[in-house]
Amino acid sequence: MARINSPAELEAVRDAILAARDPDKPCITLCCGSACQASGSLEVADRLEAELREQGVDGEIEIRKTGCHGYCERGPIVVNEPSGVSYFQLQPDDVSEIVAAIKDKGVVERLLYSDPVTEEKIEQEAQIPFYKNQKRLVFGDNVKIDPKRIEDYLAIGGYAALAKALSQMTPEDVLEEVKKANLRGRGGGGFPAGIKWEGTRNAPGDTKYVIVNADEGDPGAYMDRSLLEGNPHAILEGLVLGAYAVGAQEGYIYVRQEYPLAVENVVLAIQQAEAHGLLGENILGSGFDFKVVVHQGAGAFVCGESTALMTALEGRVGEPRPKYIRSNIKGLWEKPSVLNNVETWANVPLIIKNGADWFTSLGTEGSKGTKVFSLVGKITNTGLVEVPMGTTLREIIFDIGGGIPGGKKFKAVQTGGPSGGCLPEDMLDLPVGFDELTKAGSMMGSGGMIVMDEDTCMVDVARYFIGFLTDESCGKCVPCREGLRQMLKILTRITTGEGRDGDIQLLEELSEVAKEAALCALGQSGPNPFLSTVRYFRDEYEAHIRENRCPALVCKELIAFHIDPEKCQACGSCRRKCPAEAIDGGKNRIHVVDQDKCTKCGTCFEVCPSRFAAVRKISGEPVPPPIPEEDRVIVRKSKKK
Amino acid sequence: MENERVDQIIDKHGAEPSGLIQILLEIQSENNWLPKSALERVGERLGVPLTRIQHIATFYKAFSLVPKGRNKVHICMGTACHVRGAQRVLDTVQDVIGIKPGETDLDLKFSLETVNCLGCCALGPVMEINGKTHGKLTPAETANVLKSYE
Amino acid sequence: MSEIVLEIDGKKVTAREGATVLEAAASAGVRIPTLCHHEKLEPYGSCRLCTVEVEAGGRTRLVVACVYPAADGLRVRTRSDKIDRIRKLILELYLAHAPDAAGLRDLAEEYGADRDRFDKEASFCIQCGLCVRYCAEVKKKHAVGFVDRGWRKEICFVPEIAAETCWDCRECFPLCPTEALQAAYVFVEALKFPREDPPGDGAVPERS
Repeated sequence: MARINSPAELEAVRDAILAARDPDKPCITLCCGSACQASGSLEVADRLEAELREQGVDGEIEIRKTGCHGYCERGPIVVNEPSGVSYFQLQPDDVSEIVAAIKDKGVVERLLYSDPVTEEKIEQEAQIPFYKNQKRLVFGDNVKIDPKRIEDYLAIGGYAALAKALSQMTPEDVLEEVKKANLRGRGGGGFPAGIKWEGTRNAPGDTKYVIVNADEGDPGAYMDRSLLEGNPHAILEGLVLGAYAVGAQEGYIYVRQEYPLAVENVVLAIQQAEAHGLLGENILGSGFDFKVVVHQGAGAFVCGESTALMTALEGRVGEPRPKYIRSNIKGLWEKPSVLNNVETWANVPLIIKNGADWFTSLGTEGSKGTKVFSLVGKITNTGLVEVPMGTTLREIIFDIGGGIPGGKKFKAVQTGGPSGGCLPEDMLDLPVGFDELTKAGSMMGSGGMIVMDEDTCMVDVARYFIGFLTDESCGKCVPCREGLRQMLKILTRITTGEGRDGDIQLLEELSEVAKEAALCALGQSGPNPFLSTVRYFRDEYEAHIRENRCPALVCKELIAFHIDPEKCQACGSCRRKCPAEAIDGGKNRIHVVDQDKCTKCGTCFEVCPSRFAAVRKISGEPVPPPIPEEDRVIVRKSKKK
Repeated sequence: MENERVDQIIDKHGAEPSGLIQILLEIQSENNWLPKSALERVGERLGVPLTRIQHIATFYKAFSLVPKGRNKVHICMGTACHVRGAQRVLDTVQDVIGIKPGETDLDLKFSLETVNCLGCCALGPVMEINGKTHGKLTPAETANVLKSYE
Repeated sequence: MSEIVLEIDGKKVTAREGATVLEAAASAGVRIPTLCHHEKLEPYGSCRLCTVEVEAGGRTRLVVACVYPAADGLRVRTRSDKIDRIRKLILELYLAHAPDAAGLRDLAEEYGADRDRFDKEASFCIQCGLCVRYCAEVKKKHAVGFVDRGWRKEICFVPEIAAETCWDCRECFPLCPTEALQAAYVFVEALKFPREDPPGDGAVPERS
């Protein structure tokens, strides 16, 4: 396709793409996002292509390999167009039936979503509870696009916002619109993007930069990855709009090298956009020049911090800078630089296209628009969900997420990544928004939402996060490098039964110093996992310290596995599976765990048939002594007769 | 790695100090580790002191200054995997292959690394070997998976 | 260059524009403790000991004096309960590494820091970076640098450069705030021949 030289030409190209498409032609859209690939979607794709050829319908039925659809729990996923019929958890062997059904205009019943309660089959994706309660403005386009084809993005109105801005709006207009929309940064602190941009626009100097932060490092959060993989042009379009508004000529996309598919797709998207005149010199004939460079992050969580990221972009060690001048005034190479994360940039074209009033009609007083959350952990429907700001945690976790699996009880939800906090059950009706979450002692962060059930130990969770941050600390300033490390040591001794009186207080002191005196946001927010768990779950800390008891039965050093002699039926499952050979038993002999050999891996607990449920975890009490050898013989009732 | 090849990579990235990390990443990905000779060459060509290159090569997780094993085992320690038992998977791997995260065994069969999130939270706990994801692992399954690698 | 007037601990202080709070305080004879600061070097802001309270535009916040720019009308407090609490704990964290260092002992006494608050650590280095930065910024030799990150971060000499340049210089040795011999020790280790168990092909130790 040739270079597009004006907004009018862009519309003509779009019309031509749409005219060449038959809306009634069947198309199988298959999710090939990273999570679905891990579930085998590429094998399904290969088989699908072969099947279409074999049945001789490869001209009549199309395949579109898309980015993430969000419902990762049920991947690989197919959505059929135009019928909307969706299939889940596909195996390569399922494809012949799917193709046959399309030919017969039928449905493969067994692959449909089945409601877990009513067992009713649901054909349409949009009617499935997981999707029904979402509002997918940013994320919804993923299913409509093959991220490797710019035509797909153009077909759904891509780059129209850019054309509108370049032909009908001044840079100030674009800036005003974003300010009016009150778009707040979706990557961390929630700083208003428009105000950040304005600072850069008004800063002296001709050289300015716009940067995409795709160094998504929060464990358990992967929405930026899915956006960049599934809809890279939307982020590019947002970035060009930002560059136009602030007067930047150059932009960077800082993306983790751990995200190879995101790197591949965004590099390709840049090439395509350049070839079409949507990036580079004289964009859409407007006279505006802008180029984008992809920089791969080499693996350091701290590089998600703005000054560390810019230092890394300069080819240096990603240590934050000790500056009191904001990077939108003095950033990359000391030049004014706007840094926003992937999801924030993806919202920009929507705002320009639909207007700030439309955007602010969604959300709460302080938080407008929607937010993508990655709903993970002990949750029935793991996946990415997008909801209007102000939706309650309960709606997200129970209505969309389907609640806690295995009949377990909800205990807490961790939001905001490692620097966020854990919110307990009585906060479930909290509407999610930047200010609301911060007030509750957590934060929005990039939108990670990790659900924990009654089997999660909150002290262990705090230890896990502080451990993560200790490992990721750059090591420059002492409150973070040494302070977090001491916090980790104390938390580790609490979870191993070595906790001392005064430990909670010492943790609180260390927290204060990190919060007040650390150099960057990583250290300043580092103690949050401790502070929020001790705020809401102090009794668990005390049980560990005072009674050597882990109430959730998680901390290895504080628990023991014991086989209840009353319940054991000597089936031998646990003895065969025990990797430490720590279980003594035999035919008709009640099994006993050798506590000295036991590594507490929990395999026996898992494999003991639920009808016996003989293996139990105990904590804070002595392990009952093994029963005498003579009492270990099981006399079967049937044989007694 | 030959200096000639190192030079090609440097030239591809414009031989600018700002491209240092990108250059090292490419050498790492092609050669599997960063030999000292290559670091010296990069320093020389870019005019960057070796101390800075050493810091970068040890600061970022992607780099290794020693050869890596044939099979790269990545255990996801992301939060979702953590609450679903990632530690037990890691314990099992350490028991079976006898090395700790960051290490390579003596016959260069396995390198073990922990990673923060592989973005496959629905499949947790997850272990990735040479790019292939093994999900929903129990300790027993983990040991079995490892056995299938040579 | 124009002059500015700010207030430090209630005293009016005149300073040149572009000075840091630390410099302004020093010129007025107000002592703010530091461990990573050196007048010949760029501000680094790592030891956080010079944390002070500033009030500007009705907002009070904690900043480090060695980086924060002095400005007209700025009000600075160099001591408060909170500041002292922070300095005490920071010193305690350092004392775990260098319990007997003279430079720390006096400060510890001043702030009531307990040298046994945390378990002792094997390394005496507190990562102030004075040796590394002095070698790079003043001497421009780059013989000593950092390796690794977080609590594993350490200083490391490049043997080839050190063997050539360090014998005649050694200006970094006395800069060390904890033990004058810290850099010397690492330096000698780097030049040991044969080196003990060179990791890989002898570049730098692998991160664990």
